[in-house]
Amino acid sequence: MTDATNAASSGDKIRCDACPVMCYIKPGAAGACDRYANHDGVLVRVDPHIVLERTVSHGGRLVPFQATGDWDGKIVHEPSIFVTAIGAGTTYPDYKPAPFIVSSEVDGVDMVTVVTEGIFSYCGVKVKIDTDRYLGPETATVRAEGEAVGHVTTSEYGSQMLSLGGVHHLTGGSKKEGRVTCDTLMDLSNCKAVELSIDGGATVVVQAGRAPIVNGLTEERMRVGCGSATIGMFAKQWHGKVDEVVVVDDHITGVLSEHQAGKLLDISDTGIKMKGRRSTPGRYFQVAEPGTGWGGTNISDPLSILGPFNPKEARAGTTMLMVSTTGEHAGYYVLDEALRPIEQEMPADLKASVERIRENCEPALCTVLFMGGAGGSLRAGVTDNPVRLTRSVKDALTRVTSGGAPVYVWPGGGITFMVDVTQMPVGAFGYVPTPALVAPIEFTMRLSDYAALGGHVDYVRPLASLKDSAEVRPMLLTPGWRA
Amino acid sequence: MMRRPQIALLGDGKRLHLQDGPIDLIVEASGRDAEVRAAYDAAARRFTGLLDQLCVELTGLRKAAHPARCPLRGVVARRMHAAVAPFAAEQFITPMAAVAGGVAEEILGVMLAAADLKRAYVNNGGDIALHLAAGERFSIGLMDRPDSLGVMRTFTIEAGDPSRGIATSGRHGRSFSFGIADAVTVLARTASQADAAATIIANAVDLPGHPAVLRRPANELQPDTDLGPRLVTREVGELAACDIAEGLSAGETVARKLLADGLIDGAALCLCGEMTVVGVRKPRAHHQRALEIA
Repeated sequence: MTDATNAASSGDKIRCDACPVMCYIKPGAAGACDRYANHDGVLVRVDPHIVLERTVSHGGRLVPFQATGDWDGKIVHEPSIFVTAIGAGTTYPDYKPAPFIVSSEVDGVDMVTVVTEGIFSYCGVKVKIDTDRYLGPETATVRAEGEAVGHVTTSEYGSQMLSLGGVHHLTGGSKKEGRVTCDTLMDLSNCKAVELSIDGGATVVVQAGRAPIVNGLTEERMRVGCGSATIGMFAKQWHGKVDEVVVVDDHITGVLSEHQAGKLLDISDTGIKMKGRRSTPGRYFQVAEPGTGWGGTNISDPLSILGPFNPKEARAGTTMLMVSTTGEHAGYYVLDEALRPIEQEMPADLKASVERIRENCEPALCTVLFMGGAGGSLRAGVTDNPVRLTRSVKDALTRVTSGGAPVYVWPGGGITFMVDVTQMPVGAFGYVPTPALVAPIEFTMRLSDYAALGGHVDYVRPLASLKDSAEVRPMLLTPGWRA
Repeated sequence: MMRRPQIALLGDGKRLHLQDGPIDLIVEASGRDAEVRAAYDAAARRFTGLLDQLCVELTGLRKAAHPARCPLRGVVARRMHAAVAPFAAEQFITPMAAVAGGVAEEILGVMLAAADLKRAYVNNGGDIALHLAAGERFSIGLMDRPDSLGVMRTFTIEAGDPSRGIATSGRHGRSFSFGIADAVTVLARTASQADAAATIIANAVDLPGHPAVLRRPANELQPDTDLGPRLVTREVGELAACDIAEGLSAGETVARKLLADGLIDGAALCLCGEMTVVGVRKPRAHHQRALEIA
């Protein structure tokens, strides 16, 4: 800066602090980057910052960001336009207060949304894959491009679970491992398809909101329950219509006449003899090998899991339904004089029960929850007393969202949250070469509460001032969004 | 934690885009996938924080360079100074004249240290650092006016040529020029040398005192420019054919001297649709579409 320049200044030019060049910008001119400009004495961003404007699909009517249902009534309603953190991060929060601290006036009450993009070294994704097919043993390493990116964790009902990422894979291993892990997390979080291979198990293509593809085969449906549970659910509907039912399942194959549910209905023994290992009455493990046939087993002929009927109990004319846990496979059999099951046309009322099983199977999906922890420096971008932000979140005075999507905040220390990535706008996640993921995070609270927790109140901007410099992206209501 | 630049692959999945403040780089490397990835990784790492390092010395970088003494400390800053120093004894020039080339060269340098590449370029808004392994070549497109379609010319740099830097300077670019050239494109050994020399030659393409040329003090246009109150070109009106020839000739004289001194490998000077070439074969003329194929 020369004296001549200072002399020329008449107070109308402004100093841009978006980057360390710190340009002085005259009215109507842009800084050296062409990204920030002086618009009538106000520094505006010329490239887009994303404002999420939610509209209903028909008519485009604006609706509140979230209905009041699960939100404490004494906290104000949220505005129709919600500012997301995507694109906010020109500066890391410990460099200066978060780039956009937005206030908007709703029903006469000031609201504050502190918008920032968080850099998460401590982060990962939890993947739920709706399939009963065997993906690999628990704790087995999950790989992408040959690099370890996580492991198989304990399975949940009808689903296999993977835990991917975390600081160990991101920064604790080789450089390539960190890079591949970062790419994998980012792609999964951005709802892209990723191929994962499990040591000693399957190769699975995972994409949030889509059916899993296991060893090249697309999974269609979740089973209605295990074979034993299916017996329990449908025993009454079968009672009187058929003498025996076998629900074929790779986990637990159920047999109606031996099962507790059958006993309660006084169903007689049929002399059936199952292969596999009997667990409790009417429940059998390992009737066959895992596979892509009936009920997640490798069989295509269900009679192959039966031994000869016991001639002491069995009688000719006994009827039997065999069905898989998804209703995709079913057969109806009648014992002949030699007590051999012979397949016959299935009666209509049994067909209806098979259809009922199928109807109760939900489509198989992969779901991806991003999980990250908002650390000290990120919180410092919001307030000069970071722990108060944590307390405010715990006390439900501050609401946390990620890209506008609702999050679950874990109890306990810190602000560790999980978010369903399919609820977030497209391309919400980025990365830095640390490697670490960049995810949007917003804290919304009353202006008075913000001031009370030591917020950067001087930096609060009215929402209207953002609208000129931000990209307004209409977002249709998506199924499952908890509106 | 350092500031976080924008780091992303462009839509084609091949080129890397790095942006931080006023620095905007398009990077492309070719070679084996793993090598390209390692090169991009190195580029992204080096880029993170690079602007901050430069800005620490911004005041010094905006001062007239001393021909022999360099008070700057940063690697890139010192490279910028070295690129402008040969001109500093005779005229006003600051290290900022080589900032774009200096940054491009730095990023290319870390890429080549990290990976074995067939070809690579780092294009910093038209100031380009190049790498060519044996047998490789680049086809370079020239535009005399960035703001209009006009005739596109192309020329080729082969691995055997000495040039690894290309830079263009002129009155239409983001930085100011003392001269009237629409564009001066220079080939030199390095991008920072090309950047500095293009600035010098573009300044020399001039018609001092000509009434059709409108000049304004630089700091009236941009308060914190390194050029202070010196007059920079804003508008060039209609020029007669003899004026164009005279302006180009003034630039050509300087370019020939730099060529003789070994500071450049070649230059193409454009003014009002006329072109003069020094040191290299005359580029082939193409229409705009040709570049998309090249």
